Amino acid sequence: MDDGSLAALVALGAFHGLNPGMGWLFAVARGLQERSRARLLQSLPAIAAGHAASVGVVAVLVALTRSVTTTRVIAVAGGAVLVGFGLWRLLSRRHFRWVGMRLSLWQLACWSFLMSSAHGAGLMLLPVLTGMPAPEGHDHGLHGGGAALSAGIFVTGVHTLAMFAVAGAVAVAVYEFLGLTVLRRAWLNLDQIWALALITAGGVTLVTA
Amino acid sequence: MALWKPDPTFYASPREAVKAPPETLAYVAAFDRKAAQPDAIAVLDVDPGSDSYGSVVGWTELPNTGDELHHFGWNACSSALCPYAPHPHVERRYLIVPGLRSSRVYVLDTKDDPKKPGIVKTIEPEELAERAGYSRPHTVHCGPEGLYLTALGGADGDGPGGIALLDHTSFEVLGRWEVDRGPQYLAYDAWWHIAHDVLISSEWGTPSMVEDGVVGELLLGREYGHALHFWDLRKRTHVQKVDLGDEHQMVLELRPAHDPTKLYGFAGVVVNVEDLSASVWLWHRDGDAWAARKVISIPAEPADPEALPPVIRPFGAVPPLVTDINLSVDDTWLYVSCWGTGELKRYDVSDPFHPVEAGSVRIGGIVNRTPHPAAPDLPLAGGPQMVEVSRDGRRVYVTNSLYGAWDDQFYPDGVGAWMAKLDSAPDGFTFDERFFPHGDDFRGLRPHQVRLQGGDASSDSYCYP
Repeated sequence: MDDGSLAALVALGAFHGLNPGMGWLFAVARGLQERSRARLLQSLPAIAAGHAASVGVVAVLVALTRSVTTTRVIAVAGGAVLVGFGLWRLLSRRHFRWVGMRLSLWQLACWSFLMSSAHGAGLMLLPVLTGMPAPEGHDHGLHGGGAALSAGIFVTGVHTLAMFAVAGAVAVAVYEFLGLTVLRRAWLNLDQIWALALITAGGVTLVTA
Repeated sequence: MALWKPDPTFYASPREAVKAPPETLAYVAAFDRKAAQPDAIAVLDVDPGSDSYGSVVGWTELPNTGDELHHFGWNACSSALCPYAPHPHVERRYLIVPGLRSSRVYVLDTKDDPKKPGIVKTIEPEELAERAGYSRPHTVHCGPEGLYLTALGGADGDGPGGIALLDHTSFEVLGRWEVDRGPQYLAYDAWWHIAHDVLISSEWGTPSMVEDGVVGELLLGREYGHALHFWDLRKRTHVQKVDLGDEHQMVLELRPAHDPTKLYGFAGVVVNVEDLSASVWLWHRDGDAWAARKVISIPAEPADPEALPPVIRPFGAVPPLVTDINLSVDDTWLYVSCWGTGELKRYDVSDPFHPVEAGSVRIGGIVNRTPHPAAPDLPLAGGPQMVEVSRDGRRVYVTNSLYGAWDDQFYPDGVGAWMAKLDSAPDGFTFDERFFPHGDDFRGLRPHQVRLQGGDASSDSYCYP
């Protein structure tokens, strides 16, 4: 994996971490509800775990598929899916629905998994995934499968670590210093930017296929 | 189109919401008891710096007659900031306006011309009946996965009432909210402790019990609602019924604490059939269960039977008839409407278990007919009824009509139409003499619920303390 891909992976992780809808806001709410920073901090790993699971599924799937077919096929198919999904996110006025505030950490991880999946967080990594050097020996599936799996796990790990760091920093900053007033001033409509990012990611994947 | 920044009328916490700028317009539901002319949403200028302050400056007539507009609410509110499904870039711009008698629901858009909202959608009674199994829609709240619409009646007339869920954006009826309604049959209001996944509902009566006026036999037989119900907001299942005692007839408005860390709220009870008093109850946690206790009791006022309408003449006293209450956003002041005696009381509820009366004004009333200070020679019928509080808690608006059939029973010589505003400060609670739209200002319609532009004390719920 080259430096550019790594940087892209980290940047996307930071972008996902920054999105209030991906979990830091929930962590802040949980902390405020009990006036407990510990509760905020406990929430963050669960949220990151759910995000990692969602991204990991895509990363591993792509890596495994690459070990049995050509990258070009995945890139074209995946890019098309991405552009379509992004357009749908952009034009649809539907939003994710979940109706509970009192969640166990396990439920919080599930919430994060669903939230990330519904928003196509893993899909956004597609250009990075297809841009990586193909796993060695994709002609014989078994070896390739092992290498692909570890590549997928590596990608997920790096991405999630970046997401976790940014989400954690924002959550603590809002909880400790900024306060919730910042939401009114600084909460840009990330859903729109997010959708555009998905479309861009799909476009990049297609162009470089 | 979605906004790039959160709707400026959304606030994460009640602490922030109390800093909201003063409202400049108020929307008032107004209906024609005779069902001869269409009901309307009247738009009032409530900007003290404006030349038309205190007058009706806009008017949206509905296309039908006989809807009986009553309560209504916004399409979106501060709950859009809640962390589990945040979507704060929607706009607070549509009023969801049910017709309590016709079961028709109108959606009005206040954005293009706030003084003359346009009708953008009508939900016909058949849609509400077929999809949700309900009729007589009442309270509207912007909730976690849709708009919650309480209903007094079932699809084919009488009970059980309950809650219908409407889509946030298309306003289509999604269906019945309850998965398991438990023992609740009579319905009225509903609201929630949103940060605790708890919904609370209250009881009035089925359409046949209320639409032709209060039925004496049912009241003395203690058959109107007298319980609170607690629900799991996530699972949509009934959790617990708390019976206030069957002498406490008609449990109406529910005002949970706005502070999401708190688990208490107030419910108003119209009448105690044993002594005609009215009461306010506090619900709270007691160990692992819900409990309720009476924290305010308002006695009936003795009166000459000749001065009383037939419905209460045998009792020789005027019941206070607490028919609406409202809690300020900072959870400090509770306003209690005594529609029978013509009094609006204010309580300091900083300690919710021990409310302290902190102000009272008289206006209207079955016997007193107290005039407004702006027109001291004009006796007023009706009493303070729907009460709404501005987000900063400094202004309180009241209207005088309760419900068509009941107005006629308690004020048989005509309930009239008026609205008043009070200035509420820690050391004073007084009428604003510049604000008194009345009589023909309402074109013969009777005013009911007031909604303030940008939100008010009973429109928003908050997920952050």
